[in-house]
Amino acid sequence: MVSFFLRRLVQSLLILLGVSIITFVLLYWLPADPVRQIAGRSATPQTVENIRQQLGLDQPLWVQYWRYLSGLVQGDLGRSYLQKTEVSTLIASRLPASLLLMAGAIFAELLIGLSMGIVAALRRGTATDQSLMIVSFIGVSAPQFVVGLLLLYVFAVQLGWFPIGGYGTFSHLVLPSMTLGILGSGWYSRMMRSSMIEVLRQDYVRTARAKGLTRMRIIFRHALPNAILPIVAMIGIDIGIFMGGIVVVESVFGWPGIGQLAWQAIQRVDIPIIMGVTLVSATAIVIGNLLADLISLMVDPRIRTR
Amino acid sequence: MNGEKTNLFGALVPKSATFTGPVLRVDGLSISVNTESGLKPLVHELSFDLHRGETLAIAGESGSGKSLTSLAIMGLLPPPAVRVTGGSIHFGELELTALGEYALRQIRGNRIAMIFQEPMTSLNPVMKIGTQLSEAICAHEAISFKEARVRALEALKSVRLSEPEKRLNQFPHELSGGMRQRVMIAMAIALKPDILIADEPTTALDVTVQREVLDLLRDLQHEMGTALILITHDMGVVAEMADRVLVMKGGHFVEENDVVSLFANPQQAYTSDLLEAVPSLGDGSGIARAYKPDDDTLVAELEKVVVHFDVRSGVLGRVTHRVHAVENVSLSIRKGEIFSLVGESGCGKSTIAKSMVGLVKHSGRIRINGHDISAPHGKMTNQVRRDVQMVFQDPMASLDPRMRVGELVREPLVIHGVGNPSEQKKQVGYLFERVGLSRDQVERYPHEFSGGQRQRICIARALALNPKLIIADESVSALDVTVQAKVLELLKELVSELGVSFLFISHDMAVVENISDRVGVMYLGQIVEMGNCEQIFGSPRHSYTKKLISAVPTPDPSRERQSLARLVGDIPSAVRPINETVPHVVLNNIGNGHMIATEDSFT
Repeated sequence: MVSFFLRRLVQSLLILLGVSIITFVLLYWLPADPVRQIAGRSATPQTVENIRQQLGLDQPLWVQYWRYLSGLVQGDLGRSYLQKTEVSTLIASRLPASLLLMAGAIFAELLIGLSMGIVAALRRGTATDQSLMIVSFIGVSAPQFVVGLLLLYVFAVQLGWFPIGGYGTFSHLVLPSMTLGILGSGWYSRMMRSSMIEVLRQDYVRTARAKGLTRMRIIFRHALPNAILPIVAMIGIDIGIFMGGIVVVESVFGWPGIGQLAWQAIQRVDIPIIMGVTLVSATAIVIGNLLADLISLMVDPRIRTR
Repeated sequence: MNGEKTNLFGALVPKSATFTGPVLRVDGLSISVNTESGLKPLVHELSFDLHRGETLAIAGESGSGKSLTSLAIMGLLPPPAVRVTGGSIHFGELELTALGEYALRQIRGNRIAMIFQEPMTSLNPVMKIGTQLSEAICAHEAISFKEARVRALEALKSVRLSEPEKRLNQFPHELSGGMRQRVMIAMAIALKPDILIADEPTTALDVTVQREVLDLLRDLQHEMGTALILITHDMGVVAEMADRVLVMKGGHFVEENDVVSLFANPQQAYTSDLLEAVPSLGDGSGIARAYKPDDDTLVAELEKVVVHFDVRSGVLGRVTHRVHAVENVSLSIRKGEIFSLVGESGCGKSTIAKSMVGLVKHSGRIRINGHDISAPHGKMTNQVRRDVQMVFQDPMASLDPRMRVGELVREPLVIHGVGNPSEQKKQVGYLFERVGLSRDQVERYPHEFSGGQRQRICIARALALNPKLIIADESVSALDVTVQAKVLELLKELVSELGVSFLFISHDMAVVENISDRVGVMYLGQIVEMGNCEQIFGSPRHSYTKKLISAVPTPDPSRERQSLARLVGDIPSAVRPINETVPHVVLNNIGNGHMIATEDSFT
């Protein structure tokens, strides 16, 4: 098991290295010139050239990347071109908000998705099952900005249960988490339903019934741990999907996370911030997948012996 | 232990001692399935009694309704489609079909317990053995989980599982099939039920393990006086275990009698057919062969064939262990010969087949029809692929459900570019008739055929390219005995008419004796004994061959049930550390081609 994690760790570092190379090269090829953004429209060619030299952007690609990488291994993500602040400071100030939002979203999507899936599986073929699946289909297909605005309109504007935007208290967290989580809960409810139906057909569920166990114990102690196994692996992938989602959700709700930071940086071609956010996101995805593996390992003894 | 039961439902569940008369009385039981075209009956008005301490075997082929009957007794029919539509099931005074789910739960596992066919899938893979046992006890008795664990340990000891304390903390995947079935039995008997239903309890097990489990069931039943309903298709198991037998066919009652009378004097034509179709193990003599193999032409020669599979582990995924699937196997198959490989699961018999068609890499030398297919000097060519064809175990899984069967049989001809479409279709028609199907069935789909017919289609497909050798890997194992007998007959006809050779791979000793010219007995990747049928079955010399033969249940209830020495433990693992070599057995010819391994080289 230790060797399994060591191997995964080495793999993860290689993945991050790959991500850094690809992102760096893509940004280098970007037709927009970051120096023009910094210097402003009225700058003389001489000023532009000076800034370019100052930032080292006149160097060949591999030299620039090597400099970036050597900073990176020492924990230095570079300085923002425009805000004149360390990228790591900027990200550190924004990251907790985004992590909180993601945690809320994971909680919301698992709570909604899994319970819908379980109920639908147990009531398979009935009207309950069909209506739940229609709801989940809407959840999967509705664009996030539409869901966000809809939730805002109903629960914040009309009912006034939650604040319209901002950050700070638990009630600020509810609507953004729901918005971010609804897409996933649609997927989870469908996966959970089919997985549960599959597991309920298994021989060991029949054995459990033959033992005279109660229905609740059969569902929660025998069927659920088995049915949830394929879904655990999805949670890791989910974090990647969230990374795309938070850019939208954070701007709809004015949530001060790295999604907003990234959005602003992209508009201004602030390459160090874009690099930093991409790497932090990639790290989050890698850690998410590692955690998913760890959970699978805890639930499923068959993987443990391998 | 006493028979006192304390549970919430104690008032309704009568204590064992209060019973008089049959412990179970099934009267006019009908079971139907709800389909789009209305109720379709599956079991018709079945009636039987079960008495305390007796073993009733319900025998029949697939679709006879025997398993449904047992599920109906447990109240476990798959809802909502399948249900009891008539009759009654009396457990003592209780009418089970009238009970609600809550009441039934008090009886399941407690007074009527059940063992299922598939030990590999019948235990929850993510739950410890100890927990699975204890929860069954806790469900019915008001005792603490700790006390239940003590009882669970007792139950494991009573099924003679090795190292019972350790097993409590293991997960199902850490146990072999035979061990898992013992756990299932432990779970079923832990509460000393009045009735134990065993649904094909040994069908999925190897023959030596089957022997152990049957012995165990018999002993436990004697100790506890439990009534046993044994559901099986295997008349050998019936003969060894049952006091009375009930034969079913297509959901109908056929006949019921005590076991000796039924075997000696079957009253119904179907029962006689069933008994006749059972291949019984003899001494290898007296089996007529229409075709004499051609000694001078070898269609397959294997010389010191070795197949290893690597097991990787560690940070760098280095090879640390190897599975020694096939070790140093040499054999040859003559033209027109049926050569059988027999052995228990994991002995490497199927791996040999795969290496002969180039599906796994091997070292050593394999020649097919004189053509070397082994690297580095030889290679697999399309000609060789035409010369060897395979027929697999599960005919449904090996036929593409979306293709018409005619196309399935024609496909090899298309792939190898034999003839034009009209010639190919003519050939397909001929093949269908050759395997006992009719020409006008070619337009149908696989699901429209029965299991036996599907296997005939697979055989027709294998014959399409006019091969020299057909490898039949457990090809009749999934078929009912009456169907099996007919398919075996077809194989023999093909040998005598077409001169094709067969490599017949099977775990079933009786079938092997029935069909083979020569037999190789495999154990842990090596052949330990090889010879013709008379030699192997008439005078087996190697201890493993003897063990295999003596483990086969005999379909003859009048024969003394011999109490052979209890076999304990499982076959050792073929996985070894990378630097460890396997001692090769040495085969000595003791006359007329009867080869046996010296026992001291056998570890």
